[in-house]
Amino acid sequence: MQAIQDKEGVKRYLITLYVNGDPYTKVVKANTLLVNVLRDELDLTGTKKGCELGDCGSCTVLLDGKPVNSCLVLAVEADGREVLTIEGLGENEKLDPIQEAFIANAALQCGYCTAGMIMSAKALLNSNPNPTEQEAREAIAGNLCRCTGYVNIVKAILSCGRQSKGGDE
Amino acid sequence: MMTEGKFSVIGKSKPRIDGRVKVTGQAKYTGDLKLSNMLVGKILTSPYAHARILNIDTSAAEKLPGVKAVITHKDVPSLKYGISPARWDENIFCIDKVLFVGDKVAAVAAIDEETVYKALALIKVDYEILPAVFDPIEALQEGAPLLHEEYAGNVNTEIHQNFGDVEKAFAEAYYVRNDTFVGQRTYQCPIEPHSAISVWEGGKLTVYSSTQSPHYFQYYIARQFDLKMGDVRVIKPHMGGGFGGKLEPTGLEFAGAALAMRTGRPVKMFYDRHEMFAHNRGRHKQFMKVTTGVDKNGKILGVHADFIMDGGAYTSLGVATAYYAGAMLPLTYEYENYKFDMIRAYTNLPACGAQRGHGHPQPRYAYESHLDMIAKDLGMDPLELRLINTRKRNTVTPNDFRVNSCELEACLIKAKEISGWEEKRKNLPSGKGIGLAVGSFVSGAGYPIYRTDLPQASAMIKVNEDGTSATLYTGAVDIGQGSDTVLCQMAAEAMGFTYEQMKIVSADTETTPHDFGAYASRQTLMSGAAVKQAGEEVNKQVIEMASIMLRTDYRDLECCEGVIWRKTDPSVTITFAAVAREFFVRKGPLVGKGSYTPPKLGGKFKGAPVGTSPAYSFCAQISQVDIDEETGEIKVEHVWDVHDCGTVINPALLHGQVHGALFMGVGEAVWEEVVFDDKGKILNANLGEYRLPTALDMPGITSELVFSAEPEPAGPWGVKEVGEGSTIPTMGCYSNAIYDAMGVRVYSLPLSYEKVWRALKEKREQEQQK
Repeated sequence: MQAIQDKEGVKRYLITLYVNGDPYTKVVKANTLLVNVLRDELDLTGTKKGCELGDCGSCTVLLDGKPVNSCLVLAVEADGREVLTIEGLGENEKLDPIQEAFIANAALQCGYCTAGMIMSAKALLNSNPNPTEQEAREAIAGNLCRCTGYVNIVKAILSCGRQSKGGDE
Repeated sequence: MMTEGKFSVIGKSKPRIDGRVKVTGQAKYTGDLKLSNMLVGKILTSPYAHARILNIDTSAAEKLPGVKAVITHKDVPSLKYGISPARWDENIFCIDKVLFVGDKVAAVAAIDEETVYKALALIKVDYEILPAVFDPIEALQEGAPLLHEEYAGNVNTEIHQNFGDVEKAFAEAYYVRNDTFVGQRTYQCPIEPHSAISVWEGGKLTVYSSTQSPHYFQYYIARQFDLKMGDVRVIKPHMGGGFGGKLEPTGLEFAGAALAMRTGRPVKMFYDRHEMFAHNRGRHKQFMKVTTGVDKNGKILGVHADFIMDGGAYTSLGVATAYYAGAMLPLTYEYENYKFDMIRAYTNLPACGAQRGHGHPQPRYAYESHLDMIAKDLGMDPLELRLINTRKRNTVTPNDFRVNSCELEACLIKAKEISGWEEKRKNLPSGKGIGLAVGSFVSGAGYPIYRTDLPQASAMIKVNEDGTSATLYTGAVDIGQGSDTVLCQMAAEAMGFTYEQMKIVSADTETTPHDFGAYASRQTLMSGAAVKQAGEEVNKQVIEMASIMLRTDYRDLECCEGVIWRKTDPSVTITFAAVAREFFVRKGPLVGKGSYTPPKLGGKFKGAPVGTSPAYSFCAQISQVDIDEETGEIKVEHVWDVHDCGTVINPALLHGQVHGALFMGVGEAVWEEVVFDDKGKILNANLGEYRLPTALDMPGITSELVFSAEPEPAGPWGVKEVGEGSTIPTMGCYSNAIYDAMGVRVYSLPLSYEKVWRALKEKREQEQQK
């Protein structure tokens, strides 16, 4: 990783992130968080900040396919890696099935946790297309929602599983 | 759904109007907005619970490159404010003293977040530390440290209400029992932290804010800075939850406005999660003594509620909270004699305010637990005891609340059936138990927070020029509960239009008509009434124009879902769009407007307005628990909630409200509590250690409704509350289920594993001694 030093001796690093399939090259400090690069530098504000402590999961993105709290990942750690944010789901106008399922099941209210919740659900469905209720709950246990009691979120995730089986259970 | 068939748009689970922008991440919340040349601001807060400010030296902070302004109390109006006009006791920044850890002392605006934090660290404040008090009962003792000179003895609010003759009722009672319970301090924890962006330009202040009430913010900001309300614009972008915590000014708007005026640049202010807890305005901890006298059949003759609440350092919404705590108790059961005493005490802790169910969930936990103990003493089934006392429709409470529709009895009977109550009461294995509690809540507060003759709500609908869509303009606030969706359904129903072609502009004081906002579960009834009227006005104009176009008597025309037809010859039709377009061509904008003012409500005694409402919802909850005898661990297996919430506008969203309200009750029942050290510092100011329940912690939920043959007359189409009611019974029904499972009573919230374990240990020890 290339580094340059400013007048006060603070190092800056040149990183390239592959966000939603596109390369972005940025200069960041060693302590710059991935969530802040996404929100402040790339204006991808669909990824939310709710606690900056890794408790709430609102900032969940997929890093090389794995769900992470982007408030706990340094931007330099993400150098050269694939980042998928909520803006990268679906294709053009067409929503991803999990996004459709959230709408169809009234699985969102205020919407602030929704992006993180959907990214965690997406990661689960990628690796386990037919999760059980317990697996769905475990997958989103790191995403706090204060509005829904998780009832309809779990329903939405399970409905995607059933769709992929091609029918109701 | 009962409503199906009768209506074309309401009563249907239409998808949320904001669903798509929220699942794609396009929805912009206040913290997502970027304005050109914008600065970042932060507030410096007190590290001490009670201290005199001797000196504030901002010189080093001011010299830091990138800092644009540092302000203290000297730079802002010294006028006191507070959301409750009864006690204006807060300043934008502390002047002489700080009153809790987190009290606001100074603020900085700088070019970025990093510079702001560096500057905050450079502000030097000299404090003289004063003795502090953290317990409301100690705060009320003689000689306790005094917070506010104006409020002797740390008494913030004192209430003594006496209806009927409680002493006589107790004297004549077959059995009188009293119990004491303690609640806990909890916090709303919306996932979106508070934030505000202030812009000062040409004598006009614009504030983008995550607020439940643009109107109250506009009112208080204008008052604070001596501006005309017309020169203050409050815009509410998408909002990430509120639950009561975003109803009153957070301090960010005041500090941000002052910084914007000073620098001439937009200033974004926000709280981080720790600061959210420190600012607080969450649920009050209450100490609750309840006494009830019953006759030998279990009929309640009189009730005395004697409470003390920890208000924290300021009033916030606490005057109302204090009244609500007692005012709501007589709603569920019929009795004539009721006495309510309350003191809300100041302590050196963050101020408490309104949280979902405003003041009522803890007293309800106390009362429902108390009632179960009376049932046990009388040898009665707790459900039977409640059925004997249940309130009926068209009655008046001892504190003068008029109850129109009330299906509490039906709620209880349905809850009994769907939960398998009778069978389970007898046959659940050891360690498992089932418990019951009820609740009731307002459908909007009868009176606004400050005294005014403004209508409670108003609305405007503009049919767009070619007639194919219509925009609803409303000051009602969608904080997540779905009011944008529900109000658009109501608008379309009243207009004879389609929901899918509705657009909405909600909550911008400059473009939308006045509404008091999202609190006290008021919007479906109150904002809905205004929207219905606006829709009907559009409908009337469309029908009139259609009668001209079709050369038909207007009385022979019907308009529904965007189509107008002749009642006597349904083959004659014309589209709403064609008529609306013609209207615009001939007459200009097709606009409908509406407003809603409730009737005069309540009695004449002191505090009579608090708890009044045009209509009350009712709810019964039953929960089934499984207790681990070794560890005290509580596993809640299922909760059955049966709600009497009147006509349903959107079933999917309505049940979502029940789920969420119940979730909040579940958290407060077992886990949630804000904990302080002996210096008044919060020990768990984060969502992990505060223990906000996760998806793995939630029980199974069954949400059912009951309907009245005579719909609620006070609400448009007969609607009532749903957003808060299900938070209210949960703690009490868990408490009763734990007792049913193990025979132990936990007298304080949360009903933690540790407390259950200790109660079981004590019970074992007592049994061994026998």
